[in-house]
Amino acid sequence: MSTATLEATTDAAAANTTSTEPMSDDPTLRPFTVTFIIRRFDPDTGDEPKWQDFDVEMYATDRVLDALHKIKWEQDGSLTFRRSCAHGVCGSDAMRINGRNRLACKTLIKDLDISKPIYVEAIKGLPLEKDLVVDMEPFFASYREVQPFLVANSAPATPGKERIQSAAQRERFDDTTKCILCAACTSSCPVFWTDGQYFGPAAIVNAHRFIFDSRDDNAAVRLDILNDKEGVWRCRTTFNCTDACPRGIQVTKAIAEVKQAILRGKA
Amino acid sequence: MSQQTAGTLTTETKRSSRPGGTLYRGREGMWSWVLHRVTGVAIFFFLLVHVLDTALVRVSPEAYNAVIGTYQTPIMGLGETALVAAIVYHAFNGIRIILIDFWSNGVKYQKLMFWIVIGLWVITMLGFAPRHLMNVFGH
Repeated sequence: MSTATLEATTDAAAANTTSTEPMSDDPTLRPFTVTFIIRRFDPDTGDEPKWQDFDVEMYATDRVLDALHKIKWEQDGSLTFRRSCAHGVCGSDAMRINGRNRLACKTLIKDLDISKPIYVEAIKGLPLEKDLVVDMEPFFASYREVQPFLVANSAPATPGKERIQSAAQRERFDDTTKCILCAACTSSCPVFWTDGQYFGPAAIVNAHRFIFDSRDDNAAVRLDILNDKEGVWRCRTTFNCTDACPRGIQVTKAIAEVKQAILRGKA
Repeated sequence: MSQQTAGTLTTETKRSSRPGGTLYRGREGMWSWVLHRVTGVAIFFFLLVHVLDTALVRVSPEAYNAVIGTYQTPIMGLGETALVAAIVYHAFNGIRIILIDFWSNGVKYQKLMFWIVIGLWVITMLGFAPRHLMNVFGH
């Protein structure tokens, strides 16, 4: 490349011929075939889920979601999956990619081993509806149960309507504000797979977000809800949730903090 | 390698018979938990039998001796090695879990602590297994 730059200063024509060469050598600009093996389920036939292979031409900079789009648009329109924003914010496309819960829109092809097929299947522990789509209702039901909203019944500490919060007080629960409710954590939890009654990591993370918020008045109520047989004590610290979180939330740490708050009786 | 534009190849979908689902690929945390549960259940069943055979001494010392005598075989000797292996892992990993729950940095160092548990397990078994197996097979 440095010789090409040198030549460019002396001979524009020569530079033209040499600079086109590295362009085509750049592996990121060349498509290659990637095999996807997707676990399909059709509720209309009621057959057991089946694995189906798809060969897709991909660039290294493409994401798994791009592959799903290509399959749906160009090969098999019946492939069913959820996605909305496609940029890792809405939390619609959590799925199991090569055995781990990931967002399809945040998983780049170059980060996967494409010498082997890429396995894609729905997240575990929630009722399978079709292909990669699961029923999220049990997940949102436990989310609602922890009262994931600000409860501020008391008058503000300072005169006026504002509830002043210091930077340190905000920092206390900053990590758990990042949750996008994609269910990657909850459906990676071995306890949740076998015990659907367990609140699951996501509900506890969202309880944590308000329990440790200095403006909130209902920490005791939430701690009481989670101090349950199916609450935080079901956590077996397998750290699958921390590994699965696409936002990098230290989920197991948040659960541990809620456990400690219950033990000590205060947030 | 095809040099055509990044379109999809001609569809040749193969239906194959693969297992119902893949195993979740958890990391150290998940496998430490799986091992902890497996060793825990194994130790429980040992204790169940152990309480029963020890209780035989209340029936008669002869009955107790007869049952304990049947344990003096190489197969039971290997079983004892497995039992010690299970207990040693369960004990060290139990300390790791206590630290995760009660030490403020426990969550941060859980992976490192898992490998320390494995290291301590290897050291303990290196000390125990040769000596024990010499006793089992040496007489």
